[in-house]
Amino acid sequence: MPIDLSTSLIVMPALNEEASVGKVIREALRELPGIRILVVNDGSTDETSRVARDAGAIVAELPYNLGVGGAMRCGFRFAVEHGYRNVIQVDADGQHDPAEVPQLVAELATADLVIGARFAGQGDYAVRGPRRWAMVVLAKILSRTARTKLTDTTSGFRASGPRAVALFAEHYPAEYLGDTVESLVIAARAKLVIRQVGVSMRERSAGTPSHNPVKAALYLARVAVAMTFAFLRPKISVTQREDNS
Amino acid sequence: MSTLQYVLGIVAAALTLILVIELLRRRRLRERHAIWWIIAGLGALVISIFPQALGWVASRFGFDVPINLAFFASLVLLFLVALQHSAELTKAEEHSRALAEQVALLDIRIRELEAQQTRGSAASVRKVKNTEKGTRQRK
Repeated sequence: MPIDLSTSLIVMPALNEEASVGKVIREALRELPGIRILVVNDGSTDETSRVARDAGAIVAELPYNLGVGGAMRCGFRFAVEHGYRNVIQVDADGQHDPAEVPQLVAELATADLVIGARFAGQGDYAVRGPRRWAMVVLAKILSRTARTKLTDTTSGFRASGPRAVALFAEHYPAEYLGDTVESLVIAARAKLVIRQVGVSMRERSAGTPSHNPVKAALYLARVAVAMTFAFLRPKISVTQREDNS
Repeated sequence: MSTLQYVLGIVAAALTLILVIELLRRRRLRERHAIWWIIAGLGALVISIFPQALGWVASRFGFDVPINLAFFASLVLLFLVALQHSAELTKAEEHSRALAEQVALLDIRIRELEAQQTRGSAASVRKVKNTEKGTRQRK
């Protein structure tokens, strides 16, 4: 299935990922010939930038840590400035398979925002208790808002089409959970078409979700707060933004 | 209330006002941030000069103990100032976030320009060498 990737940009937010980022970039460039990769170094203290440049990526170095949301907005702004139509967010830790990028980009023909969702089973991690309830409730509410079935709303593997790129270059939230949950709400309320595509996730090289009940409850509360305010904020429409510019 | 207390009250209120005005005068404080402190200082000055004014206003609002009105008003004022500071901090954070992104993007452009320049000068060096070679060959 030949898909033109010359107008697509992979954006990789990276915080102290010198161990994995080089391998991920080389694999993506091998799997997706002709694609450009922008690594947004989110205030790393290690050699992330040098490793990424050596591997063939463009590197945007943030002077201090902004979080995934800040790093992504920087990537969207770069895409707008350089005329890229699509932005694909890929994690620098290697949990997303670059071979599945064309599948996401292909969906952009009829959608504005495509979420790569983990299949149950393969590479999936068991989530239980309050954290799982939070994810289920979150998926239910967001599915309704997005007018499509979403099961993995916190996935960081997603592709944005031109309308989503224009919207996110201006309005990508930097708050906790903003890059996943709130950005979905913003997109859905701006009447963008959101779709979910099943992808297989690999084992994360580092970090497993915590099963500490206190932390899980805290997560639940933060999800509730993030969701509430995402809906309370004024709507942003893409057309309105285009009129202004 | 003794005369000493009376004078102390006026001096404290006046000093507060003078401090705020002095900071404003030296541009260490912007007007928009100073407005609440000026209101507080003026209020304190009026009440220290005419203590019965506090009692009069307090009875109007139904406070049994006048000083409770002073505490209430101070709390409300401090709350509003703190809230304003949080809002200003949010704005400043958003500005610094935008600047950080801009710096990162400008850094990319500088690197690209530098790379172009090095390529350009490398090319011109090659050109010069080629011409030299050409002249030598012609000789």
